[in-house]
Amino acid sequence: MQTRRFFNEELQQLKLEVEELAEDTKKVLTTSVEALYNSDLKTAQRIIEEDHIYNEKEQHINDSALVMIAKQQPVASDLRRLIAAIKISSDLERMADHGKNIAKATLFLGDDHPISIHSTIKEMTEIAVSMVDIAVKGYHNEDISFARVLAEKDDKVDELYGRVTKDLLELTANNPDQIQYIMQTAYTSRYIERFADHLTNIGESILYLVKGVSYDLNE
Amino acid sequence: MEKHSYEVENLNLWYGSSQALHEVKMDIPSNQVTAIIGPSGCGKSTFLKALNRMVEMVPGVKVAGNIKYNGDDILSSKYHPEELRTKVGMVFQHPNPFPKSIYDNVAFGARVKGIRKKAVLDEMVEKSLKRAAIWDEVKDRLNKNAMGLSGGQQQRICIARAIANEPDVVLMDEPTSALDPISTLRVEELIQQLKEHYTIVVVTHNMQQASRISDRTAFFLNGEIIEYDNTDQIFSNPRDRRTEDYISGRFG
Repeated sequence: MQTRRFFNEELQQLKLEVEELAEDTKKVLTTSVEALYNSDLKTAQRIIEEDHIYNEKEQHINDSALVMIAKQQPVASDLRRLIAAIKISSDLERMADHGKNIAKATLFLGDDHPISIHSTIKEMTEIAVSMVDIAVKGYHNEDISFARVLAEKDDKVDELYGRVTKDLLELTANNPDQIQYIMQTAYTSRYIERFADHLTNIGESILYLVKGVSYDLNE
Repeated sequence: MEKHSYEVENLNLWYGSSQALHEVKMDIPSNQVTAIIGPSGCGKSTFLKALNRMVEMVPGVKVAGNIKYNGDDILSSKYHPEELRTKVGMVFQHPNPFPKSIYDNVAFGARVKGIRKKAVLDEMVEKSLKRAAIWDEVKDRLNKNAMGLSGGQQQRICIARAIANEPDVVLMDEPTSALDPISTLRVEELIQQLKEHYTIVVVTHNMQQASRISDRTAFFLNGEIIEYDNTDQIFSNPRDRRTEDYISGRFG
């Protein structure tokens, strides 16, 4: 007889919710960056209004994990799966926040600003999105071979971020009247850089889930 | 270096022709709680009863290998099981106080040894009941029959009776399986206090209990030790798949 079938199903459901939230963050980031390039204020506004959805999804994941810990007293890899779901969903929620922050920058810039958005921001976005795909796949298959790729891509995003800030700094020197606009695009590159950082956190959580570390159950 | 109360090696045990323990090797550290877990019939109680040679009371049993208790070979024909059992106390699944007063239960072992002085017995009874965390509940009715106490209280009386003999090791065979949850937690709390003075080996079916109270955990399966490690390691990241399946309830 298979034991703990119901618990297995609950764990599976929780995993699906985490993966769904990860897909959401991808959508929020791409949509917010598109809206930035297109000065699409309506979409930016919608992204801000929809942010609560992701907060609620994170909350739901946490609540479900808490109930499972209380009711099922999980140990070993079951317990690590639940801890990983809580940690990963917290990173995902922050990633969605960064998408919202980009939408806020878009609103600040308005549809009649004098600057062109730095093309590297698009490149950073594409890398960040590919990192979500890699992390979701690793999480889904509980496979840690991807971890190095994630770290390498994060380094690339950091490098591009450095390049963007340097360019923008030069731009402010020659266009002091545009500083407030240029700053908004600098912020945006910062948000994407942070978004990618969270993905390396997620990579660490998956490593922890799969390989495990020892901690004190009696505390 | 860590001191061991027991050093067990190459232990094999048969009930008639059926082998119940296979090449068991296990060092049991002093003044720690060692939990033994495993499914029914895995040999965990047999192993526990080998530690005080109680298993020899089963007809047709055959024991081979080495069990060293504080360095002495207890399987040697020169070793008297009576001597061993004064140093190794045991507490069973069902509380089994004698149908006597609380006082007489705790004083029983000392009286068997010939101690008659009331002052000595009084002091020993009080000390043992205090260590068993039941003194405050029974101090005003020491002459009442122990059978009138609740199951949880009876079990703590049995623990007091075991430690009154000033043992060195206390073996416990599912000591809380007949108790309600609050009594269970009291006994668990007690076990952790007792390790200051005694080495505790506890067989339990309750895995959460093993994880809460023990320093080390051994997982037995089909008469073999599959994994024996620090309890934190066993319950957070066991090395053997079979251990993981058992502790996470996915066995069989």
